[in-house]
Amino acid sequence: MSTSSVVDADIGLELIPTQASAYASQVDNLYFVLLALSGLLILVLVGLIVGFGFRYSSKRSGERGKAVPEKLGQRIEIGFALILAVSFLGLFVWAGWLYLNLYGETESDFTINVIGKQWMWKAQHPDGTREINTLHIPVDQTVKLRLTSQDVIHSFSLPALRLKRDAVPGMYTEAHFRATEPGEYRLFCAEYCGTEHARMRGKLVVLSQADYQGWLGRQGKGPSPEVAGQDLFRSYGCSGCHQGDASVRAPTLDGVFGRTRPLASGEMIEADEAYLRNSILQPQKHVVAGYEPVMPSYKGQISEDEIFQIIAYIKSLPAGAWKQSTGAGQ
Amino acid sequence: MTAEVHKHYLSGGWSLHSWLLTTDHKRICWLYLVSITGFFFLGGIAALLIRLELMTPPGDFLTAEGYNETFSLHGIVMVWFFLIPSIPATLGNFLMPMMVGARDLAFPRLNLLSWYIYTLGGIFTIVMVIGGGVDTGWTFYTPYSSLFSSSAVIAAVAGVFIVGFSSILTGINFIVTTHTMRAPGMHWLRLPLFVWANYATSLILVLATPVLSVTLLLIAAERLLGIGIFDPSLGGDPLLFQHLFWFYSHPAVYIMILPAMGVVSELITCFSKNRIFGYKGMVLAIMAISLFGFVVWGHHMFTSGQSLYAGILFSFFSFLVAVPSAVKTLNWTATLYRGRITFTAPMIYGLSFLGLFAIGGLTGIFLAALALDVHLHDTYFITAHFHYIMVGGAVTAYLGGLHFWWPKMTGRLYSELWSKIAALALFIGFNLTFFPQFLLGYSGMPRRYHEYPEAFQLLHVMSSLGSVVLAIGYLLPLVYFTWSLFRGAPAGANPWQAEGLEWRTASPPPKHNFVSIPRVTEGPYAYR
Repeated sequence: MSTSSVVDADIGLELIPTQASAYASQVDNLYFVLLALSGLLILVLVGLIVGFGFRYSSKRSGERGKAVPEKLGQRIEIGFALILAVSFLGLFVWAGWLYLNLYGETESDFTINVIGKQWMWKAQHPDGTREINTLHIPVDQTVKLRLTSQDVIHSFSLPALRLKRDAVPGMYTEAHFRATEPGEYRLFCAEYCGTEHARMRGKLVVLSQADYQGWLGRQGKGPSPEVAGQDLFRSYGCSGCHQGDASVRAPTLDGVFGRTRPLASGEMIEADEAYLRNSILQPQKHVVAGYEPVMPSYKGQISEDEIFQIIAYIKSLPAGAWKQSTGAGQ
Repeated sequence: MTAEVHKHYLSGGWSLHSWLLTTDHKRICWLYLVSITGFFFLGGIAALLIRLELMTPPGDFLTAEGYNETFSLHGIVMVWFFLIPSIPATLGNFLMPMMVGARDLAFPRLNLLSWYIYTLGGIFTIVMVIGGGVDTGWTFYTPYSSLFSSSAVIAAVAGVFIVGFSSILTGINFIVTTHTMRAPGMHWLRLPLFVWANYATSLILVLATPVLSVTLLLIAAERLLGIGIFDPSLGGDPLLFQHLFWFYSHPAVYIMILPAMGVVSELITCFSKNRIFGYKGMVLAIMAISLFGFVVWGHHMFTSGQSLYAGILFSFFSFLVAVPSAVKTLNWTATLYRGRITFTAPMIYGLSFLGLFAIGGLTGIFLAALALDVHLHDTYFITAHFHYIMVGGAVTAYLGGLHFWWPKMTGRLYSELWSKIAALALFIGFNLTFFPQFLLGYSGMPRRYHEYPEAFQLLHVMSSLGSVVLAIGYLLPLVYFTWSLFRGAPAGANPWQAEGLEWRTASPPPKHNFVSIPRVTEGPYAYR
């Protein structure tokens, strides 16, 4: 059992957490509208119950008058249902639009890879800088998070950005945000993930652009993911089949990223991050047309961090890169 | 009082044999009451331990494992062994035959078998959960449950699987009874809403429970045989588990709340001495809820990585399912209009239900709204929301129903004053406990946290103190009901001047419910 101390952001109780992005204030607007509507409905309901309770108490004698005629009653029911349905439709569209903004495809300035594991968050910056349980981010940049998990399901929760995304083993999930307020904010794991779930928390640090560059500069930087990935590509033996003359047994990988590949099954598939990841762990799943399913699986031998680095390396290769510099990586 | 002319169902003796081998639905109701009350207080003790731990930010009262096992026990017991069977198996068992004018359920022996499966399966599961230290939560999410949790998950899951059969059997029994055993003149549109609600619930039980059973079997297959179903490293899909699990467990929410709605319809009509406002609308709403309940499961998975467009569809249906619930709330309120309202204990429970269910329902709208749900998912907002529905709604209605039909079941009255105090303690204690949790949720506090940043302490302490008041609200009925069993004044056949076939027979009812089968000539709630 780990005894590491948890570092929380130094924030008091905020019933409405600080809005660290424009998106956060848009979500809050939806919240306030719903609060107002619900408050109104509850007031009317309680008002009616209390009002009827007094007015029609059995202690008051006297005639009650006729009950509401059935026709009128039905009109009231239908009218009420329609008014609700229409206002629900508005809320549905509003909330759905925000949701697509958060999770949908968008142009981002850079990507941070996040890996959840029992019980810590590991983040990789584009330049190779890594950190654990803390995430440093520059202000006014659109950041894409690409998440996965090494073991069970976790959920990366940043309340100040009204953002949460599950980190699921075996797949990549994405979300993006553009922080506008420098400061320290909370970071939680929101999906129950075992014994130390409550300690899988940390902080998000939003820095000015200059401070972010300064922070990156002070980190003991390892090689960039592309360079690290190139080394891994060799040490895991990938280059033996996928590169140079050997690429008779296996497809060459320079320029493969983003291309549509014909599979042996007759399907077509786009070579995105998830495809590359699958091809490393479950090579038999999508065999490229014209090749034998001979690649061994690297499951259990390679970590999610390393997969991210190999993918970064493959993504960095333009088409024909290996042809021009024959012998590169040999 | 005149001497009792007919022997009633309890005068058949108190021998163990007369209880454990009975096929009388009224006695089986009591068997269920005993089991369910036991499970409820066990789950309640776990809840109090949770609230005690959360009084302070660091994990000091329980260890991390201890806390995780405690909330798992609380969820597993409360959902599967209390909420799902609560109203149908007790009040439903007692009242379904009487309300349709029958002498028993269609399959009395199957009914007894249901109880045995439920009770033995329940005890087995709980022994496994406690003894084996199950810490997966009641949701058993994979791959944590199937690969990582080092506990007796398989045994616990087997227990839940077994208990599922009890649900299915009860469902079949209610469906067949409603279809085939109605008294002369009791057409479908003369059925009390309590019967409609339990009928709809039974349909869900029969259609959804098998999916849960299959899912649990698949976990066992993966864990025991290493077949890749949910485990990504074996080529499985962890989200598939969530889809299958919620395909059952979302409709299960309606299994819990529909019977409660049925109870409240009976309470509010009786104590405002009014016909229900919009009977047909109420029936339609019940059926609509049970139908739409099957197409909203994905709203538990908005952050999970399911397709964004699937998320949008599930959000749409989740808004839609709120409409019939809202219409029902309108109709209950309108039933008060021009009535003659008495604030008895059952009525206080009924009106508490209206308020708490409305808050639970409205906060459900917050969660149907996609972007808001992303922020609120897996926080205390969720915890508060579903407790408002399941405890504020279902448990309040269960207690209201118990207070309403207690004189029928036992032939005795209970303390008016103490019962009103208990009903108010529940309403106040409930709000004190769970309202602060909405605030905690929006401020970001995740669920299932054994320790937390200090800033959240104030709201947690308020919640924990409220739970003490709530506990009083639950313990008081245990005391005065027990007292009433032995010392309560005789109730007479119809102490509330209520309509409905069950009130036209003696209290307690004769062994076969009615001396002669009643003939029904008008719709329910003929109060004016």
